[in-house]
Amino acid sequence: MTATTARTTTVEVRLPSRLGFEKVAMSTAASVAKLMGFREERIDDLKTAVAEACINAIEHGNRLNEKLSVGVTLSAGTDALEVKVMDDGKGMKTHPVKPDIDRKMHGEEDPRGMGMFLIQALVDEAEWVVGANGKGSYVRLVIRLDKEEA
Amino acid sequence: MQTDTKSRIDQTTTPSGQPVTVLRFEGDISSASKEAVIGSYQSLSKTAVKTVLLDFTKVEYINYSGIALVIQLLMEAANSGQKVLAFGLSAHFTKVFTMVGITKYAGLFPDQATALATV
Repeated sequence: MTATTARTTTVEVRLPSRLGFEKVAMSTAASVAKLMGFREERIDDLKTAVAEACINAIEHGNRLNEKLSVGVTLSAGTDALEVKVMDDGKGMKTHPVKPDIDRKMHGEEDPRGMGMFLIQALVDEAEWVVGANGKGSYVRLVIRLDKEEA
Repeated sequence: MQTDTKSRIDQTTTPSGQPVTVLRFEGDISSASKEAVIGSYQSLSKTAVKTVLLDFTKVEYINYSGIALVIQLLMEAANSGQKVLAFGLSAHFTKVFTMVGITKYAGLFPDQATALATV
């Protein structure tokens, strides 16, 4: 589904809460970013960030409940792409923490638990928003076109 | 929807003739890849195999659950006194592996020959 306003084109995708379907959002985001003129390197960053955001929504937000879907909205502006990934969960209460590889290697830290860090490190802006009434939380990502790209 | 991960175990030697085991992965590396990544590693002899190369040349997608499996493999290898090197990652996943600190425990190389030359 697409919608266009004066300066923004919006593409929406709904995913089932099943692991693997994050790749649909990843491919869609890559296609939109390519149309906007982003460099391949930035598109790769975006793909990983979108995939990790969708996996979090599927696993932690919707708890793999296939009756619930994950909404992905891509808003392409003149100089930036905003991606919102929405789920029916209560939102992330933790903040992105840089993984400590030594602690992971010694079994003192979950070897997983790096999705939020990767998201924040790979995009220009990342924001986790807790929905009203403990539902409808989302993560909002923004990548901006470099001057050479725009 | 998740693509299966294929893995294959090969034997090779360094330029100086040392035996090296290569785990070659193909497909996605995600939460569904435990058997392909950890299972294939655990099938190797802890005493006979001293150096393990991980071949990511045919891997296109790795998510954080997949990275966690690689970290688990590195942890088991470190506990067994084995050296692990990786090659064939795309520039993007080389950056991601570096960001999470994997390079502290596994050297990353562009190709097999470059990796073998360092053993």
